[in-house]
Amino acid sequence: MTATVDLTHAPADEEFRAEARAWLAAHVPRTPLPSLETAEGFAAHRAWEAELAADRWSVVSWPEEYGGRGAGLLRWLVFEEEYWAAGAPGRVGQNGISLLAPTLFDHGTEEQRARVLPPMASAEVVWAQAWSEPEAGSDLASLTSRAVRTDGGWLLSGLKTWSSRAAFADRAFGLFRSDPGAPKPHQGLTYLMFDLRAPGVTVRPIGRLDGKPAFAELFLDEVFVPDEDVIGEPGQGWRIAMSTTGNERGLTLRSPGRFLASAARLLELWQARGRPGHARARVVDALIGARAYQLFTYAAAGRFLEGAALGPESSMNKVFWSEYDLALHETALDLLGEEGESADTDWAEGYVFSLAGPIYAGTNEIQRDIVAERLLGLPKGRR
Amino acid sequence: MRFLLDTEQHAFADSLHAMLTAADTPAVVRDWSRGDHAGGRALWRRVAEAGVFGLVVPEEYGGLGPHPVELAVAFVELGRHAVPGPLVETVAAAVLLGEGGPAKRFLPGLAAGELIATVATPTGYALDGDAAALHLAPTPEGLHLSPGPGPVRPSLDPARRLTPLAPGGELLTPDPSSAHALTWARLATAAQALGVGLALLDRTVAHVRQRTQFGVPIGSFQAVKHRLADAKIALEFARPLLFGAAMSLRPADVAAAKLKACEAAYATARTALQLHGAIGYTAEYDLSLWLTKARALRTAWGTPEECGDAVLEAAC
Repeated sequence: MTATVDLTHAPADEEFRAEARAWLAAHVPRTPLPSLETAEGFAAHRAWEAELAADRWSVVSWPEEYGGRGAGLLRWLVFEEEYWAAGAPGRVGQNGISLLAPTLFDHGTEEQRARVLPPMASAEVVWAQAWSEPEAGSDLASLTSRAVRTDGGWLLSGLKTWSSRAAFADRAFGLFRSDPGAPKPHQGLTYLMFDLRAPGVTVRPIGRLDGKPAFAELFLDEVFVPDEDVIGEPGQGWRIAMSTTGNERGLTLRSPGRFLASAARLLELWQARGRPGHARARVVDALIGARAYQLFTYAAAGRFLEGAALGPESSMNKVFWSEYDLALHETALDLLGEEGESADTDWAEGYVFSLAGPIYAGTNEIQRDIVAERLLGLPKGRR
Repeated sequence: MRFLLDTEQHAFADSLHAMLTAADTPAVVRDWSRGDHAGGRALWRRVAEAGVFGLVVPEEYGGLGPHPVELAVAFVELGRHAVPGPLVETVAAAVLLGEGGPAKRFLPGLAAGELIATVATPTGYALDGDAAALHLAPTPEGLHLSPGPGPVRPSLDPARRLTPLAPGGELLTPDPSSAHALTWARLATAAQALGVGLALLDRTVAHVRQRTQFGVPIGSFQAVKHRLADAKIALEFARPLLFGAAMSLRPADVAAAKLKACEAAYATARTALQLHGAIGYTAEYDLSLWLTKARALRTAWGTPEECGDAVLEAAC
């Protein structure tokens, strides 16, 4: 019996790593950018994205024609390890890159990809998501915002909420009810892209827990969307939106590199504070958890590259990283002692962001239902 | 980069699983707990024939090893079936004996399953000394061949019979590979614990699917589902730590795997007990064989704190 498992990267991937590391060392801003949830910070992060894109580092896994490097999943993981280890800024284009782009690759037209992806890669256009509504959160399929057929396109009306990045973003994507007569809630939905500055759109920023406008309500009143901005067939929106939730997106929403870097910073903080015993076990958990998440992701990437659908296992992934991220930041704030309540530290910014993790992208309660029903085979029941 | 078990490794796991399923291990475990080792010894030989102990024994001493990844694969199955006996200790013994005279003398017997070994831990107790024929006692002078075991001290896991080892005896080697043996023992314990956790999860999922209250299976209740989802997540994130550690054999990686596999197994045990209700709290119900083992493995071959120290030492 010989072990054919191998945790070393191919030489070409290591060269790629070295190239990324050198570029990041020369370009990453020496002082942290202002919070991306502020107007000033958003602009600074957008400029950073343009700098990344100019040298083709913003979307390494995309084909070259759209601004990427055609790097495979493993190389993307390598890039992410280097990116976060270098202390590089958060990604203001994340919503578009990890949620909309995979949908366009699978279900968009060639024309849509050519038009939408390059400005997404450079953050010339930053995307917000428009899924939730006041009465449709975890039960997303009960959404009531309408898309009504009109000449050459659709008229969108209704209220979307918790729209991340929408306070400062340019465009949004989401699901709308195009056939109110469809027999089931998840039928008759259409996946559309629209301009946040189009006539009929009112954006009302919402302050998150620390008051920063990290998301917004979108009031839509007969907003015209041309046919070219419908993704896939009208009425098939639910299937299209869900088809990418479990696949690559489950792997790419939060990369292991991010948490490896956070764990290393937490360890530094713990040492700088004199290695207090009260946090010892939690620092150990953070170190091990980052490694576990990295290895879990490598295994999932391996299955994906060999043709397996990842599906419901990405729900385990989401529960793990969101709780991990929160626990890590809680530990950091405890280590800061009384300074832990200061809102102007990177740790505080990360903490407030991590508080939302168990809620967005499908609450952890919904993810646990998916794990229980689809991985363990437990019967469906009332939620 | 390829972090997936191959078809041969999966087939090895499947064949062990099939063999152990047919062996009616619960009955064997219960006999073993009473000091009746006949069934356990027969099972031990079959485990050896499947090549399990050979995975840690080098070829020149009658084994196939070292193959830590396959050893981890095998110990997951041994844990899933609650196989009794000083399995981890025999792995540790094989590494402690190292190379040369003592290895030549004992390793072929260990690989073949003719010789069951145990090793005293720093607590002074060795697992299942009453069943083992080879009693190794590490001391400051080196590795001693103990004259034999003392009376059994019961464990929270009735299938684990703790025995002190008589002092003295032949000095086998003045410089045993103690650190390396600890690494292998922790790796095997981590794998065994993961297997214990997986078995507890499987049995509990089966239970909540068929147990009906209020007219529906209790597995349809969200409170029940979420506990099981958490157990599943903890086990599935311990699994890559285990196989990553088996590949690197770095002490810190192995300690991390040991800590998390045992933590996940124990958390799963608590969930399994809670969701089974009173029947799970009985000795007669077979679930108890795994419930008690999950607790015992948590501190065997390194407490969570000791394993955490190994992780921090490598990271700082």
